[in-house]
Amino acid sequence: MEFAEHIKTANVEDVVLRQPLQPPSRGTLCITGHHLLFSDREESDSRQVLLLLRNIDAIEKRMSGSSGTITMKCKDLRVLQLDIPGMEQCLNIAHSIETLSCLDCVSAMYPFFYRPVDLSLPEQWGLSSPEMHYSQMKELYEKWRLSTVNRDYSVCPSYPPAVIVPKSIDDDTLKKAAKFRQGGRFPVLCYYHKKNGMVIMRSSQPLLGANRKRCKEDELLLQAVIEGSDKGYIIDTRSMQQAQQARMTGGGFESKSFYDRWKRFHRQMERGKALQESLIKLVEACGDESNNMDRWLSKLENSKWLSHVQNALSTAGLLVECVERDGHSVLVHGSEGTDCSLLISTLAQLIMDPCCRTMEGFLGLLEREWIQARHPFQQRCAHSAYSHARLQQESPVFLLLLDCVWQLWRQFPLALGFSEALLLRLATEVYASDYGTFLCNSDQERCALEVKERTHCLFRALLRPTERDYYSNPLYERTELAIWPSVHPQSLQLWKGYFLRWTQQVRHLEEAQEEIRNMVIEWGKLARS
Amino acid sequence: MEHIRLPKVENVKLLDRISHRRRRVGTLYLTATHTIFVESEAGVRNETWVLHSLVCSVDKLAATPSGCPLLIHCKNFQVLHFIISKEQECHDIHLSLQRLSHYDELYCFSYKPNVDEKERRQEWDFLDLKADYSRMGLPSSLWKLSPVNQHYKVSDTYPADLFVPESATPPVIVGSSKFRSRGRFPALSCAQGESHTAAICRSSQPLSGFSARCLEDEQMLEAILRSNPCSDFMYVVDTRPKLNAIANRAAGKGYENEDNYSNIKFQFVGIENIHVMRNSQQKMLEVCELRSPSMSDFLEGLESSGWLKHIKAVLDAGIFIAKAVAEEGVSVLIHCSDGWDRTSQVCSVACVLLDPYYRTLRGFMVLIEKDWVSFGHKFSHRCKHVVGDPKEVSPIIDQLLECVWQLMEQFPCAFEFNERFLITIHNHFYSCQFGNFIGNNQRERIELRVHERTHSLWSYLWANRTDYTNPLYRPNHSQTQGLLRASTSPYSFKFWKGLYNRFDHGMHPRQSVEDYLRAIQEETQQLEEQLSSHTQVGQGYADLPQA
Repeated sequence: MEFAEHIKTANVEDVVLRQPLQPPSRGTLCITGHHLLFSDREESDSRQVLLLLRNIDAIEKRMSGSSGTITMKCKDLRVLQLDIPGMEQCLNIAHSIETLSCLDCVSAMYPFFYRPVDLSLPEQWGLSSPEMHYSQMKELYEKWRLSTVNRDYSVCPSYPPAVIVPKSIDDDTLKKAAKFRQGGRFPVLCYYHKKNGMVIMRSSQPLLGANRKRCKEDELLLQAVIEGSDKGYIIDTRSMQQAQQARMTGGGFESKSFYDRWKRFHRQMERGKALQESLIKLVEACGDESNNMDRWLSKLENSKWLSHVQNALSTAGLLVECVERDGHSVLVHGSEGTDCSLLISTLAQLIMDPCCRTMEGFLGLLEREWIQARHPFQQRCAHSAYSHARLQQESPVFLLLLDCVWQLWRQFPLALGFSEALLLRLATEVYASDYGTFLCNSDQERCALEVKERTHCLFRALLRPTERDYYSNPLYERTELAIWPSVHPQSLQLWKGYFLRWTQQVRHLEEAQEEIRNMVIEWGKLARS
Repeated sequence: MEHIRLPKVENVKLLDRISHRRRRVGTLYLTATHTIFVESEAGVRNETWVLHSLVCSVDKLAATPSGCPLLIHCKNFQVLHFIISKEQECHDIHLSLQRLSHYDELYCFSYKPNVDEKERRQEWDFLDLKADYSRMGLPSSLWKLSPVNQHYKVSDTYPADLFVPESATPPVIVGSSKFRSRGRFPALSCAQGESHTAAICRSSQPLSGFSARCLEDEQMLEAILRSNPCSDFMYVVDTRPKLNAIANRAAGKGYENEDNYSNIKFQFVGIENIHVMRNSQQKMLEVCELRSPSMSDFLEGLESSGWLKHIKAVLDAGIFIAKAVAEEGVSVLIHCSDGWDRTSQVCSVACVLLDPYYRTLRGFMVLIEKDWVSFGHKFSHRCKHVVGDPKEVSPIIDQLLECVWQLMEQFPCAFEFNERFLITIHNHFYSCQFGNFIGNNQRERIELRVHERTHSLWSYLWANRTDYTNPLYRPNHSQTQGLLRASTSPYSFKFWKGLYNRFDHGMHPRQSVEDYLRAIQEETQQLEEQLSSHTQVGQGYADLPQA
């Protein structure tokens, strides 16, 4: 891939950059294959702005006389403006940004070129693997096994090569069960609750279709999950009506007659386009400058974003209630099992399991549920809230997860080992990153492109000592108890740190977080001496 | 007590407001001052105490198979939903409570903590407004203490001690007062000290009607202007919506005509009146009481209550004034109709924004004492201490506390006090436990001999100040210096669940950062002391004279 053909003007002098919270500065602009680089002309404290072109969601250009202005709206919600002398130069720059910011070719993306001096490739990629995860969970050995039925991705292209399944179910049965689930995503174990031995399983919808097919192997597999228990629960992230309609297109849900020991709940969760539109509306509302309270509240309500937060947390709460309070195993799915199912299983694990609340634990959880169990990041995060491009597969499910985790942190400020800064970093990286972690749509794609050999891993980078210090929660105190969130509207708030990130107000809140960190450090020093 | 028809009912259920599945069973007691519910289940003895003077309404609902519901709404937003099994008992409790909460004598006159008379007197010496004025550098060459309202002769709702411009003579003051509603002539609320001569003054509306003028009133404003040698004009801010002010002209009241007063810039800021505010809060409280509302229900309800819009209007007005004083160096005269509701709000908000002192514990108490207690906010009517005209009740003082809370949320390091401090003060505006907020003005409090017969909230709060201190307060932090540059973008305002859903424990964060920080702060202090005593001991040896 030749980037040069997209760069007609690589350097422009005398450009004015306007960015939030800082005075405008004059300097030199430089466009490379992956970056926009701006360096301040001031000799004394020369400042540089290095922006990944991938981070730019939309641009607007405005010409006046012999100069032009380019407004860049970024996926991290920052809005930057460049005043460029010379009409041709301005048009060239705009064209380069437009083209280079949304290249489709994954292997041309920056993570394949990012080579920091202090790291060398290949490194160990990722924090763990299904094999390691299984081998560390001795309590699983008795009833569960690691199956490599998917070792060449032929049974389920979106699953990792190894998955955890009931010991009594052999690989042939799994293969047959996989044919009965959309995309081959047969039920696999995603969480084992040590306190009572109950589990959370994850899958896609069963393919009943209009004539109500059944699959003995799928029934057997689920039967094996609740062996020794009187029943299990299924949480379907669609409404009853949606689930019934899915039969018309070959999908469906587990009927009472064939899965008689499973009790089903339907909880409609928003996904896909509707969720993306919700994000767009919320970001639009946050940028509204009419200074009118009624308008703000009605736009906030109208965006429905907080409703989605409430819904996700309360569905996760239901899942936790089934496992922790009621003491039964649960199968979670919607249709594809790659969005809302991951969202609520992740939240439920955070709520229940103290091991998931440390920084390593949380990143490991994200790796298991979102990278290995495959959330199609490439499709979901191609664009964010500002893009004018026609929506395709974009949907901010992962951002919704981070928002929900932030709500948990607000309600239990001592219970999580990481800080808001980590959530913000992840929210940025998922849209535009130096690292390969969020590239591609599945493990299979990642292998084909040698992502694990040719890029660096974000999660490992975040756990290096300096970064870890920065992203840790100074107030963290491990608690073994479940952290039940309150989902009353009064208890949920707009995530200002993200949605109003580039306002002065958020700076004040960050300063307060800094004070908290300093207090704890001061105390720590004295307590040690 | 003749009012108590039934002192004790057993087997009463107390329902949780937000989740009806949670209910506690226990015994209900009525005493002369409190309703007490003692939970009889569980090992722990869990008690709920409700002061009769905080009770706002008691309603007996239609009986259900499980019993007879009794709903008690309190002025501190506590709502108690009891189920009493026997209808007759419910009836008796209902009648008793109705009488007990319509007290003949305010609670402060019977509240007798274990404090001797000398200490009780000292409580009232804790805050001294004169000291605050001298903190502002008053009296000065520009402002003087005027004796004109001694014995409340000029304005019976004003305090006796008032600061006026040096050049304002008694005839000008008296003349001006005759041209102002309830005689509330322009007087100083807050000055900035020697270097900044711009000041904030307050009054009631002028009796200008359609064309009336008053020479003394014009001279009075000119005197205020002259007391700020740095500026050649001043702002007159009418905090009402323009339409309301125009309507007042028909009743012979109104607002200043820029043509008649030299060098004033006149401005409306559009804060709604007490009736709008009362209805708005009522609507918001209904939203708070919704049982498991959806996010949309809540946000729509919040919007249609208009409450946050009103809070924003007060804060916007405060910011306008603070900026005029701090940035333009221009003095401001603030009024509304009578100058005891919106005027007090706006003066106080401007002071909090302007002067870091008012963001300290003591400073905030002084502020309430000055702008509200002393300048005659009608606590007795607005907080319904005694039964009276329901149209006089209005949550004006709640709005002040909320404005300050919104600022605290924006500037976590700028305030010495915490949310608990505001909530405790709120509770006592209504409880009548202390004498501070009894009556409608200074004259009434003197007639009631409040200072001889009751206790003061301020010294109680001060004695317990560790509970009310914000561990993140940094007097030298950049957030804390000078003018507080608050944002009033709509997204900066939040619903204050800490106050309006104060008793719904399930809604609040389960872990407190503040408590944690307070604990390590204490420990840090102890460790520092230990460390310094160690080093002192070490030095002591080194310094021993050589034998």
